[in-house]
Amino acid sequence: MTRQPFVRIAKRAREPRSAWAIRIAAIAAALLFGGLIILLLGHNPFSVYPVMFGGALGNKLALRETVKISIPLLGAAVAIAPAFKMKFWNIGAEGQIMAGAIAASYFALYWYDKVPQPVLLIIMFLAGALAGGLWGLIPAFFRAKWGTNETLFTLMLNYVALQFELYLQNGPWKDSRGTGFPKIPMFNDAARLPKLLGVHIGWIIVLVFVAAMFVYMRYTKDGYEIAVVGESERTAQYAGISVTQVTLKSMAISGAVSGAVGFLVVSGANYTLSDQTAGGVGFTAIAVAWLSKLNPIVMVAIAFFLAILSKGSNTIQTAFEIPKSAAEVLTGVILFFMLACEFFVEYKLIFRQKSGGAAK
Amino acid sequence: MTVLNFIAAAVLAGAPLLYGTLGEILTEKSGNLNLGVEGMLFMGGVAGLCGSYFYEQYAVNPIGAVSAIIALVCAFLAAAAGAAIYSFLTITLRANQNVTGLALTIFGAGLGNLVGDSIAMSNATKVMAAGAATKAAFNTALFPEFLSKLPVVGKILFSYDFLVYLALLTAVILALFLKKTRRGLNLRAVGENAAAADAAGIAVNRYRYLATIIGGGISGLGGLYIVMNSGNGVGGVWVHNCINGVGWLAVALVIFATWNPLRAILGSLLFGALSVARLYFPLGIPAQIYDMLPYLATIAVLIGVSMRAKRENQPPGALGVPYFRENR
Repeated sequence: MTRQPFVRIAKRAREPRSAWAIRIAAIAAALLFGGLIILLLGHNPFSVYPVMFGGALGNKLALRETVKISIPLLGAAVAIAPAFKMKFWNIGAEGQIMAGAIAASYFALYWYDKVPQPVLLIIMFLAGALAGGLWGLIPAFFRAKWGTNETLFTLMLNYVALQFELYLQNGPWKDSRGTGFPKIPMFNDAARLPKLLGVHIGWIIVLVFVAAMFVYMRYTKDGYEIAVVGESERTAQYAGISVTQVTLKSMAISGAVSGAVGFLVVSGANYTLSDQTAGGVGFTAIAVAWLSKLNPIVMVAIAFFLAILSKGSNTIQTAFEIPKSAAEVLTGVILFFMLACEFFVEYKLIFRQKSGGAAK
Repeated sequence: MTVLNFIAAAVLAGAPLLYGTLGEILTEKSGNLNLGVEGMLFMGGVAGLCGSYFYEQYAVNPIGAVSAIIALVCAFLAAAAGAAIYSFLTITLRANQNVTGLALTIFGAGLGNLVGDSIAMSNATKVMAAGAATKAAFNTALFPEFLSKLPVVGKILFSYDFLVYLALLTAVILALFLKKTRRGLNLRAVGENAAAADAAGIAVNRYRYLATIIGGGISGLGGLYIVMNSGNGVGGVWVHNCINGVGWLAVALVIFATWNPLRAILGSLLFGALSVARLYFPLGIPAQIYDMLPYLATIAVLIGVSMRAKRENQPPGALGVPYFRENR
């Protein structure tokens, strides 16, 4: 008789309730682990955590700031969903955001006195979406045509876009009045998004994206085709779905949403373009999208949670002199734990029985 | 001699890239695409500096060589620990490779800055700096002075610190390992087609774990180099965000070198040269366009490789593809 392994795994039956229990336990464990790090830094986690969450949610001003941080994160996560659904590993949201932001900024800087504000904002939105979409189409084209590795291609394009922004910032678009560090001038009031409830209306736009993407992925023919291509390209071909077309279309959408997010950042949050416009959001958003199982509704919660950490870390920096990077560490730890917990949602461990008899 | 200085500066700028690239080549040869290189460079850099820093705090008479060895070990282990997290999540717990790698980058960059900045803030001077002995160990030429004073070749060949030569040695060893040893062959088999390798009796997961963790450690030395070497910056001092994208450039260089360690030497020299070229040859091209070139070149290589299906230049067949035995 062959010996049983010490531990083996088996698929778990789908039980939504226990799945959520596992996920919540994972977040709790991550916060506990983060508490250990805070302890190692010489602070009391029981005083740091409340300040952190209070600093993100405690008053109206803080809450607005937190919502503001979550807008691009959520938008970019929504953007990534269709690409990841068809297993096109688009890690270029960072660059697509930048491309959109650059295009929108062009109109903000040079057209602000040519057209009325609503028209200007619509033009900026469309320019951002178009630029982001085109930036996303480049790797999609090469992947569809020659099978070029899209993960690495989209990654490289991030830095091309970033360097191009830096070129504009140090050259043609440099603020001529500014002294010291080269920067792009602040936008005219006409190029700034109006506010609603104290936060720029980007939050409404992003929520529209969430709803639209949810419907698109779940209830349309396109969404179904994306899912089929993601499961098996051969099945898709056999069923008469053009993999090339689906690839191009969904990457155009993915890039366009990212580009629109770039517009929201420059026009709603920063009122200018800088090398920090994307600022890693495109990368964090990938984790948000993945952990949400590409479900846009779930993304809202996860993006908001990560935004709380980011905003809260500003507060603990001033209150406890803990460097702001603590937020990134905590984000990383939470991502690790949540990635790990999906395994336990999917599988259960079966340990070897002591008696040596066959385990059930 | 501008040209000689230029070549020497290119080598110094290329060395950290070479470490990052070699580690990632080893990792990717096993089929794991670890996008956490940037994070591991941060972890390696800060851990190495911490090792030297605390050694000098407690030693009565700090010796440069001891400090250097401590730094090397700390950097290697810290980055390897990052890679171990990645391996555990992707191999044992079956998490998505891309997402896990990005999480590692977020975590590593945060940890590096958190530790470095915290120690700096706790000092009266508000900086975290290694002592003179350590700085000297990382910034003096390995070879005796008469060699580096030789005309022309002295500057280009013999003027560097020991980490540069260690990087070259690592590249050669890695190339020999991959091409000339049975284990190297097994590793490549795992990266090309894990199921076939498994059927041939190769322990797929063990190879993936070891290649990824050792690869991570090697990458981490690149972070140590950035922190310790004064050719790229201050030297021996923690600077917030000091890695600043080198890890991503290393990921690019892996492709540029088409997963070949010896080509990575040339590639790192070229990328290093591009990053310093504007200082030596101002052609009127904006600096940012210079900085764009490595990425554009990488894209060109990526497209070229996929169009001309030349077998030996391809990415490992199973790159980024997880392997779970029962899912075959």
